[in-house]
Amino acid sequence: MLDVLIIGSGGAGLVAALHAKASGANVAVVSKSYPTRAQTCMAQGGINAALSHADIDSVEIHIEDTLKSSQGLASKEAIEVLCREGVEAVEWLDRIGVPFSRTQEGEIAQRRLGGATHARACYAQDYTGLKILHALYDQCNKEGIAFYNERYLLNLITEENCVGGVTVLNIKTGEVELFKSKSVVLATGGYSRLYTKYSTNATGSTGDGLAAALRAGVKLSDMEFVQFHPTALKNSSILISESARGAGGHLLNKDGERFTDELAPRDKLSQAILEEIEHGGGEVFLDIRHLGEAFIDEELPQERKLVKLYEDIDPVKELIPIKPVAHYTMGGIAVDNNSQTDMKGLFGVGECANHNVHGANRLGGNSLLELIVFGKQAGENASRYAQGSSLTCKTDEQLARDKKFIQELRERSSEIDFYAKRAALGELFYKNVGIKRNEKDLQAALDELYALQEQLPQMSATDKSKIYNTNLIEFLEFSNMLTLAEAVLISALHRRESRGAHFRSDAPDRDDILFQKHTITYKEGESLCTYM
Amino acid sequence: MHLHVKRADESVTYELESGSETLLALLEKIKTAQDASLSFASDCRSSVCGSCAVRVNGVEVLACAHKPQDGDTVEPLRNLPLIRDLVVDMDRALTCNTVAQAFSSTNSENIKVSQTDEKLNELQSDCILCGACYSACPVYAVNENFIGPFALTRSWRYVSDVREQDVADKINAIQKDGVWDCTLCNECVPVCPQGIAPKQDIVMLRSKSGVLGHMDPNMFGGGGLDFGAVR
Repeated sequence: MLDVLIIGSGGAGLVAALHAKASGANVAVVSKSYPTRAQTCMAQGGINAALSHADIDSVEIHIEDTLKSSQGLASKEAIEVLCREGVEAVEWLDRIGVPFSRTQEGEIAQRRLGGATHARACYAQDYTGLKILHALYDQCNKEGIAFYNERYLLNLITEENCVGGVTVLNIKTGEVELFKSKSVVLATGGYSRLYTKYSTNATGSTGDGLAAALRAGVKLSDMEFVQFHPTALKNSSILISESARGAGGHLLNKDGERFTDELAPRDKLSQAILEEIEHGGGEVFLDIRHLGEAFIDEELPQERKLVKLYEDIDPVKELIPIKPVAHYTMGGIAVDNNSQTDMKGLFGVGECANHNVHGANRLGGNSLLELIVFGKQAGENASRYAQGSSLTCKTDEQLARDKKFIQELRERSSEIDFYAKRAALGELFYKNVGIKRNEKDLQAALDELYALQEQLPQMSATDKSKIYNTNLIEFLEFSNMLTLAEAVLISALHRRESRGAHFRSDAPDRDDILFQKHTITYKEGESLCTYM
Repeated sequence: MHLHVKRADESVTYELESGSETLLALLEKIKTAQDASLSFASDCRSSVCGSCAVRVNGVEVLACAHKPQDGDTVEPLRNLPLIRDLVVDMDRALTCNTVAQAFSSTNSENIKVSQTDEKLNELQSDCILCGACYSACPVYAVNENFIGPFALTRSWRYVSDVREQDVADKINAIQKDGVWDCTLCNECVPVCPQGIAPKQDIVMLRSKSGVLGHMDPNMFGGGGLDFGAVR
């Protein structure tokens, strides 16, 4: 039996695997695709650490900026750990070979991102996440970490509030498999794809780990907090990194005038852009022409390529049409200061978990940092837990149930097209649960969601084959999306105030007396419950 | 427009409204509106995750970065085990990275990396492991033990890193089924979506191998130069 099983092979999962292994555990990583295909590779801007290479910064100022951006909802203690360990985290990445961009003096280069008072984000062109992820993957190869690729998480195996492994669907063979482990680290990513095409995220960000945790009785927190990135391409929702604005890019309205502070935090900026789109002239552009071709090719090569491909526009010469879309989910599996969930042996890290460091609005550059700092913590603690545990769960029942479930889905006829419903869910969420919310729209969305949930038994994969059935996988993802959509909606309805990314037009002020606390959602029997 | 997709042994033709979408967007349209059984891999749709490499009219491309033309034929990558439709199994090719010891072994903390040093492997570290180069490689096609283009590029990415203290072991690791097996045919270069030239990196590794006392095994014996000796 394994000591530590990591679910998810993005940055958080790989860091956890490396540290669990370094602390003596027998480790394996289960991945829905392959280790370098994770959402982490899409992070462009950078990773925050108060190295003071570009200007005089300090850990204290990093803490202050992060606290301020969190709008009173984060834990000061957790933020202190994040920022204090940030410097060592970046030094560790440098040691394992991450090719950070350099200053003329040979120091790691840093740039300023939105909401930060200093140039704090260490970067590698606009490929920061990609280069970090690949360096981590290479280290995993060096350490001989076992990867089980193309396995889709079905359920956690639990007994008396202890975890003992997971069941997965092997995508290549179509078989349901069992992985037994003394501890499990969930590192499965966020749930921004609830917004389908209105999200910058990879198609895999469907919150599978959160949904599995919820089904197993684990608590989620702050699910209503979804960060909208101010600058995604208008037609395709492809991300244009904050570094474009950090470097001096301007936001222009239809008359070509600037209308806001381009380096304001993402929540404020997305709201300002939406206001301009709805009540200004319908269009907003990012202008980086004045930065010059040489600078754009050196610092933002990926951006230029993507803008040309998707909008048929050369940003060196033309304005880039943009809109804000869902980008990062602050909510997640509730974990304590040891990355431990409320289930014994179950840990959470990365975007799927809520370490209470982002609060109501995440700062750019803090999510890559979170992976490194808390990945280490989760890996080490999962290893320690496993070494002190002798408990073994009964696994037969869950395995049999999940085999039966998959078999039933293969046999069930599909009367309603789930792809159409998935697209409808994205439209509904962007419109009713987006940057601006109110009671009436949220309630209407919840009613529509209940209708979708009721129709779910009439939906299934139409492809009935066993081998590499992505139609079935997408149906399972959709099913998880419906579970999490409910958690987001009941949390958003519960929070009758505006704070960070959660803006209620019917309650536009922040109300610390009633709402300076976390929204907890959990499952009791078949119903989803919430409290604060 | 018409798109021909190779599925197992047959070619299936799909009719679509033509627009300015990427091939990946069209494949998604087929899957969600016409034929849910069509299988392909994708994730980021911004050319950084390496999931969606396929061949169009015989040439390797990323589906998310390709604008298709009427009548295009879409096929899976070659030389990698086919799982279904456009999906190939990358597990074995990925183990080449481990065989090549393409990782940082012992980095010194006290070595300053200058801007020039960082540029030495900036391009190589853009690799997304999409597999296009393995599909195009005629050596990998006939020798499944060949370490192959992306793993050799990754080897050079670490060998050329000024922080790396353990270069000799890495060079040893790529002698057998490695740098000398490449024919320098250049097929891997034009297909790389990131503009990397694995052949060039292999030439650099050969030169480094020479400096460290390794020799081209083909230079002597059967495959070497022939001065016309009477046999």
